[in-house]
Amino acid sequence: MIIMPRRFYDEIVKRAVEGASEEICGLIGGTLKDGTKEVKEIYFLENTDHSKEHFSMNPKEQLEAVKDMRKKGIIPLGNFHSHPESPARPSEEDKRLAYDKEASYMIISLADRDRIVLKSFRITGNASSEEDIKII
Amino acid sequence: MKLIVKGEEKEYKEGLTLAQLVELEKIETPQYVTASVNDELLSAGEFEKTLLKDGDVLEFLYFMGGGGL
Repeated sequence: MIIMPRRFYDEIVKRAVEGASEEICGLIGGTLKDGTKEVKEIYFLENTDHSKEHFSMNPKEQLEAVKDMRKKGIIPLGNFHSHPESPARPSEEDKRLAYDKEASYMIISLADRDRIVLKSFRITGNASSEEDIKII
Repeated sequence: MKLIVKGEEKEYKEGLTLAQLVELEKIETPQYVTASVNDELLSAGEFEKTLLKDGDVLEFLYFMGGGGL
């Protein structure tokens, strides 16, 4: 289960819609207690691929985000990226490039602009399982 | 020598390479990890030849990427 304040959800949706000419991406930081992740901060990072079909996070910005999390006493919980034209499910490439099995992989789909969907997954090898997200 | 690894101060023997630290820290799939040593980003190919020194500050970052198709 991931608990995410609505302001973060709204900001991800806003950025994804405004920047729909490419996949937007970023990191989520927060706390982990009894298997529940609580999002305390989100970080929008440059998609160095600048593509609407692929993303790679800028490693320098990734480092800065991790350092900021340490300063704030929170931990990296996972990441998010948008699918401007495809469903909110891990693509084969998402699964192939998911190297951290502890991380939550959040995907926001803009495929149906009237029904924007945010989902989160844990990915191990070629298998993925959906996690519940509670927006508060 | 003392190293700050992922925000935590730890004691290690002198002469440790980054590759040896990766092993000691049980970093999984290190080929997909970028290390930061005092804010300098190093790819896996550089781990073996990187000698660590007292006071070094390290972070390990997994490559994060994917695609919508």
